Amino acid sequence: MKHETPVAAAGTAMQTKTSVFAVPGMRCAGCISKLEKGLSGVEGIAAARVNFGAKRVTLTHDPAFDEPALKAVIGKIGFDAEPLPNDLVEIGDGESRMLLRAMAVAGFAAMNIMLLSVSVWSGAEGPTRDMFHWLSALIAIPTIAYSGRPFFRSAFGALRRGRTNMDVPISIGVLLATGLSLFETAISGPHAYFDGAVMLLFFLLTGRWLDSVMRDRARGGVTQLLRQTARGAYVIGEDGRHRWCEARSLAPGMRMHVAAGERLAADGIIEDGTSAFDLSLLTGESAPQARGAGDAVLAGTLNLGAPVVVRASAVGADTAIADIARLMESAGQTRSRYVRVADRAARWYAPAVHTLAALSFAGWMLAGAGWHHSLVIAVAVLIITCPCALGLAVPAAQIVASGALMRRGVLVKDGSALERLSEVTTAAFDKTGTLTLGRPVLVNPEVVRETDAPVLLALASASRHPLADAVRRHFEGTGLVPAVLTDVTETPGEGVTGRYRGHDVRLVRPSASSDTGMASRFAMGAGTNVLLRFEDALRPDARSTIHELATLGIDSSILSGDRTEAVADTAAAIGIGAVAALTPAGKLGLIRAMAAEGDKVLMVGDGLNDGPALAAGHVSMAPGSASDVGQNAADAVFMGDSLAPVAAAIRAARRTMAVVRQNFALAIGYNVIAVPLAVTGHVTPLIAALAMSGSSVIVIANALRLRNAAE
Amino acid sequence: MNGLVVLIPVALGLGLAGLAAFFWSVRSGQFEDLDGAAMRVLLDDDDDKESE
Repeated sequence: MKHETPVAAAGTAMQTKTSVFAVPGMRCAGCISKLEKGLSGVEGIAAARVNFGAKRVTLTHDPAFDEPALKAVIGKIGFDAEPLPNDLVEIGDGESRMLLRAMAVAGFAAMNIMLLSVSVWSGAEGPTRDMFHWLSALIAIPTIAYSGRPFFRSAFGALRRGRTNMDVPISIGVLLATGLSLFETAISGPHAYFDGAVMLLFFLLTGRWLDSVMRDRARGGVTQLLRQTARGAYVIGEDGRHRWCEARSLAPGMRMHVAAGERLAADGIIEDGTSAFDLSLLTGESAPQARGAGDAVLAGTLNLGAPVVVRASAVGADTAIADIARLMESAGQTRSRYVRVADRAARWYAPAVHTLAALSFAGWMLAGAGWHHSLVIAVAVLIITCPCALGLAVPAAQIVASGALMRRGVLVKDGSALERLSEVTTAAFDKTGTLTLGRPVLVNPEVVRETDAPVLLALASASRHPLADAVRRHFEGTGLVPAVLTDVTETPGEGVTGRYRGHDVRLVRPSASSDTGMASRFAMGAGTNVLLRFEDALRPDARSTIHELATLGIDSSILSGDRTEAVADTAAAIGIGAVAALTPAGKLGLIRAMAAEGDKVLMVGDGLNDGPALAAGHVSMAPGSASDVGQNAADAVFMGDSLAPVAAAIRAARRTMAVVRQNFALAIGYNVIAVPLAVTGHVTPLIAALAMSGSSVIVIANALRLRNAAE
Repeated sequence: MNGLVVLIPVALGLGLAGLAAFFWSVRSGQFEDLDGAAMRVLLDDDDDKESE
């Protein structure tokens, strides 16, 4: 089959480019066909392919289309889309695929060798047995060379640094067993361990693959949520024309046109225009701040009001955001020193196994058994003790638990996060966007008369201002249908006006200066004139979640960058202590101080200003509404408005670690029975095979009990 | 013994065919979007027929 795109077939020698967009809004089969048919109909787009599981659409298109243009095209079909950088899309796929291929080869080989082994066990003798052993060797040796690579590589790396890990006994066991079996086959001996060696690889690769799939799945979930805050800006050229410029090619001195609703891509000084900016991402302040010509504005802040022209003063690595990123990098180093539970087990397990095998060999040599017989027994000890069940014990439990948490709306990025989550003793919460929703909520809807509500909804729908959004969310929730207005105009920074049945209707900024910006005036003709008030409401279940954490033995506190008065209100409403007006470095300092006192801190935060604290916490969580920096720094991301998943995740993590400990106990219990058999020389390949599969099945069955861990 | 000469290559060949089919399906992206595949079954291509 030839891969010709329709564009190429048309004869025009056009180059195509591939872009990937996250489309979180697709929910059903209809969305797939709507997107694919809608997009492939557009001129310049050669192909569109939807990946429903990852909520992504991959476009092959004319390079003349830039990201904002493609985003607009998808928007026209009725979906919100965000471009995904290519490097984020590619990560991780490679490792899982390699492990899957290695696992498939090992599985195929294990089945065929087992078939031959069963014939040997059921009494094949003489030349038949030799032939079967040679056939097994023929299948096993290439398989071990191919599928064993992940273990050999890791073991070699550890040994070179003078350390040992789980992979060292595995590699030695597999290689010794293969070598010995080959020798047995050559001298027509009765026992060959090819089946055991290959089956061991198969089970272990299954564990590795599960671990890797879990990481990919969570990463995919986070990637699709990633909102690229500022991918670039419209730069005003010498000739006054606007041209799209990606963030990395911006330079100081360029003049950027920032429309209302856009985020800044670089630090700069406002040259023209006045507007309100949402700084919550950088400082944690919930109320918008007014900035005019001559004021400095920072990359990552959101322009709420009117379009402004900004002269870039610092770009890329020089922006305030990049400073925070560097702070995060240094803060994250403590976490990379965390040793996972399986590796902690390996620290004593691997030397113990090697000593045991060496002692058996020495013991049988002393007893006068001859080096061949002694070696057979030492290898049997190595195979029997090989941490087959141990290798599955941790990943099997963690993937089942993370699946349960995912259904509950919590994406855990990797197994180590679950392990750390179970050890938490103290929790620190950010305020804006974490304990609160981070968006205004209408607090006095009762002032709007029922007959006026459709008009208000129609006005609010005409604007993307956060306060208008709050009005729309409130009334849409009640099932109201908007009225039909005429002459609707939005004046940025002022509000929306229109006409309804001969009356002037307005939803505008209140003129009184006493309000902090969290209010809006709704007027209709001469009759109606009411003040709508908004506040950043607490997340539902915030209070009960804090209470539940307390019953789990976890103390909570608030670390906020917001003003002291605003934080005090929230702290009083929930009933926990708070520290206010903190800089990102201040938050980081407090987290480090808590860690120095021996507390294992869970940091829950969303903003860029929480980034360093999130990276420094023993473990960290971020809401799905968080900034991309927050989501990247956090170990787990929870969806939805409710805070309850935080407590659910801790409970699930503790149950997971309980099951992991049970699995270790099962694996060790099996060793207590099997090792004496191996040391005394009673383990044949048949017993080794049965013991290995038996213990693996028990460990997996135990892990499956976690299916409902997050309920 | 003579039967084995035929049967063992047959068994290995079938196994290898299965392995090859699995490799092919992974490479051609059949495991990329399992949820989407379930959804695509429900799509009816009536629009295409009308346009023909």
